[in-house]
Amino acid sequence: MIKRFVCVQCPIGCKLTVEIKDADNSIIKIEGNRCQRGIAYAEDEIKDPKRIITTSVKVIGGELPLVSVKTDKPIPKKYIKDVMDIVKSKEVKAPVKRGDIIIENILGTNVNIVATRSVE
Amino acid sequence: MKVVIIGGGISGTFIARELSKYDLDITLIEKNLDIAWGTTKANSGILHAGYDDFPDTLRAKLCAKGNALHFKLSEELDYDVKRTGSLVVAFDEAGLKTLEELLKRGKKNNVPGLEILKGEEIFEKEPHLNREVKYALWAPTGGIIESWGAAIAAVENAIANGLKLILGEKVIDFERKNGRISKVITDKNTYEVDLVINAAGLYGDEIAKIAGAEFIPIYPRRGEYILLDKKIGGIVNSVIFPTPTEKSKGILVLPTIDGGILLGPTAEDLSEDQKENTATSSYGLKRIIEETKRLVPSLDISYAIKTFAGIRAENPNKDFFIKESEKIPNFINVIGIRSPGLTAAPAIATYVVEEIIQDRLKINLEKKKTFISKRERIKRYSELPLEEWNEEIKKDPLSGKIICYCNMVTEREILEAIRRGARSLDGVKFRTRASFGRCQGNFCGPRILEILARELNKDLSEITAGSEKAWILNGRVRP
Amino acid sequence: MKTDVVVIGGGAAGLGAALSAYKEGVDVILIEQEERIGGILNQCIHNGFGLQYFKQELTGPEYAEMFMEKIKDTPIKILSNSFLHSIDEKNKKIYLITPYGIQTIETKAIVMATGARERPFGSLLIPGKRPSGIFTAGVAQKYMNIQNILPGKRALILGSGDIGLIMARRLTLEGVEVVGVIERLPYAGGLLRNVVQCLEDYNIPLYLSSTVVEVRGDGRLEEVIVSKLDETFNPIPGTEESFNVDTLILSVGLIPNTELLNDLVEIDGTSRGFSASNLGQTSLDFVFAAGNCTIIYDLVDYVTLEGEKAGKYAAYYVKGEKFTGKVPIKKGKNIGILFPNYYTSRDDLILYLRVRRPMEKGRLKVGSLEREYKDLVPSEILRVKVPEKYIENYSEIEVSMEEA
Repeated sequence: MIKRFVCVQCPIGCKLTVEIKDADNSIIKIEGNRCQRGIAYAEDEIKDPKRIITTSVKVIGGELPLVSVKTDKPIPKKYIKDVMDIVKSKEVKAPVKRGDIIIENILGTNVNIVATRSVE
Repeated sequence: MKVVIIGGGISGTFIARELSKYDLDITLIEKNLDIAWGTTKANSGILHAGYDDFPDTLRAKLCAKGNALHFKLSEELDYDVKRTGSLVVAFDEAGLKTLEELLKRGKKNNVPGLEILKGEEIFEKEPHLNREVKYALWAPTGGIIESWGAAIAAVENAIANGLKLILGEKVIDFERKNGRISKVITDKNTYEVDLVINAAGLYGDEIAKIAGAEFIPIYPRRGEYILLDKKIGGIVNSVIFPTPTEKSKGILVLPTIDGGILLGPTAEDLSEDQKENTATSSYGLKRIIEETKRLVPSLDISYAIKTFAGIRAENPNKDFFIKESEKIPNFINVIGIRSPGLTAAPAIATYVVEEIIQDRLKINLEKKKTFISKRERIKRYSELPLEEWNEEIKKDPLSGKIICYCNMVTEREILEAIRRGARSLDGVKFRTRASFGRCQGNFCGPRILEILARELNKDLSEITAGSEKAWILNGRVRP
Repeated sequence: MKTDVVVIGGGAAGLGAALSAYKEGVDVILIEQEERIGGILNQCIHNGFGLQYFKQELTGPEYAEMFMEKIKDTPIKILSNSFLHSIDEKNKKIYLITPYGIQTIETKAIVMATGARERPFGSLLIPGKRPSGIFTAGVAQKYMNIQNILPGKRALILGSGDIGLIMARRLTLEGVEVVGVIERLPYAGGLLRNVVQCLEDYNIPLYLSSTVVEVRGDGRLEEVIVSKLDETFNPIPGTEESFNVDTLILSVGLIPNTELLNDLVEIDGTSRGFSASNLGQTSLDFVFAAGNCTIIYDLVDYVTLEGEKAGKYAAYYVKGEKFTGKVPIKKGKNIGILFPNYYTSRDDLILYLRVRRPMEKGRLKVGSLEREYKDLVPSEILRVKVPEKYIENYSEIEVSMEEA
């Protein structure tokens, strides 16, 4: 099977083509990368895809009801639902500053949920 | 004397206003959550000159009269009418014959200023018309009117003069005593009554049936429309009609009060159970594009910002059915009010009040000494000269806060609309023209919702687009 | 009020223009009609911004805040809640409606950074009633991300451009069931990375060569009818499929906001945005333009760069420079969107173009430059720097993309 995706490790955004063995998902060939990071990204994407999640957290007492947040590193896709459940029940008090850690080390992954804007 | 008017469309509201000049206890009952929600909201907005209708009909009698009355009333009640003139075009000699027939009819109906133009005279008036047009009937008293604006103006003035407006109640039955109607029963309340005026539009026949009065069957005729952006405004200056057929006046190209261009309507007869079928269709929209291109070949449909459809109350008699009932002596029918109903509305109102109530029913009406004849619309700051607008803002900062960017509608106007009865997004739209512009509410919609929720002390998700079922938002992302 | 440069619009282009004009030492006033600056970036809480400009991957609000912080440290005057009423081009005065009164600003140059609006449902001529529950993607995004409100329970998305794909994911993460994304072309409109991360990740089906042919619902949307399209984009009878949804999200195109100056400056016939030179100057010499009000960009980084350029040259204009020798740039074969419309040798020519149809290999020709590109799609803007030597001494520069 051929899988195509765009590597997001750097601004170039190489279009990667990966050939994998249908039986066990092992990688046969990676093409399109301009550096080693692309290979690491491709391997990850096949074995344990990770994503940056962007969402919102409720703000108490702020000029806006929500603060937009993100995971500060990509987190394994399989955790998305659990991350969302935790985020949905979290509340944070204003003021919030861009970069504030809203939830530290979520699900023990060493990934933090950080604010992507300030809310007075 | 207690009068109940059933129906808050153009007929009911104008009759209410006329009646409010007299010492009467008047209640207007409207089944929708706001007035003018039926046909009055979705029509061509045309002020007909009056040459279309056969001279012995009520339509003919009341159209030219209503046309003239609108100009006086629009000043008293502060709504928009414009005498743009209208042109009925013909492409050949057969068409010319029809125009000549209309001219004759028009003269009989006392329509002033009619003349048949040919060749260059036509294109001097309308340079974008198809050059294959050979003749045109020019009617200088034809024009355009903002139908819901007129109805809102009439009802606001009637309320200032004592009218009780009941919204969201549907008349379901009547109580009779000694062969007369003694009570009007709705799904929520009962109203004692001495005189009932049935102006229930599409449901006029059903109301008359329930009352036990005579009626004519009303069947729905659907008309679809396409509205084009103001950017293309000016492509026509007057109302352009094709040569009419037996069935209808045809699909038109006309300017709107707002400065946009309206194309339509189609004319499709639907079955009686389809009175709420305001859906547009792909064949209907296609027909509009084809037939209007024939009138104005340079029409660019990519300027379309909205499509909609309205239902007209057609009846087999091909005339207004405005009559006191013989079976029920205190019941007056004002139904079958299709084209030129909007134009005739002020004349229908005086006809009902003077000829029917006073002359024929011999009911003595006392004129109010305290009648307030003038009503002012919500002040449109964007129409003020800048120095004046500046003065207003200094007194009232919210008149400097623009909510609807496309039409420059301020927060003050929206608050005033709510004060005057707007309870939904549509209620605000139709009173202020917010969301009518090219972005169609994309920028202002969310902010208008916020203002409505704040002023009405409701949650954002409780505010609807118009009807109860038209919920907009579904709770919070983060409760 | 008097100033040197007025920037109309506090979004990505405006922020860039204001800062760069200020850097050239002129007085700047930034006008914004909303309460907050930042424009559409404020509601774009997803990733993908700044990869080129900041060399990091940022979300929209982060990108915006980085500029807003820079502006705070300058004397640039920001007028928010200020609506541009009109421009008196003879006297170089602009009139603003604000809650403090009508504000008149006498200026020497203007930079238009008014962005774009979404195509409304009504312009699509889709048959049916007008039930509530039909939102353009940007409006749904604003409700969700700024006002904390969900637009519905079960949604269908029309348009597979990036914003439609982003909203598919956003809605799904917040518990709205997204039953599918409908696309009229035979390929997805947005970036491949978004197709993967927004649709495939969440098993949201993508229906290509399809479109919405009818909406149904009494009051609120209840049903959407989708039909397959043939090669000429006409619905194929008999292929209708019904989707029971209460929400329809539209991502069907953006239109530049140029209306205030439509009669005063040249507007590009294809993009419907302001025509401008490679310096950002429009056909009115003191008016410059940048960002989505010229062409619709796909990367905000480009918008910032063009905004900065327009701001810089607006400042130079104020300082007395005259820009002459505008050479028209014309669209040749296979070019759909092209910007800028004119070239002056005062600065480099940086072209932004979209091809008309997907091409595996294309040969770009600009003046005497020829260069090959791979994997070209209309949804991705190609940014090309054309060195002067390839375009000097041309009275007209044609840009074309030959299929190679």
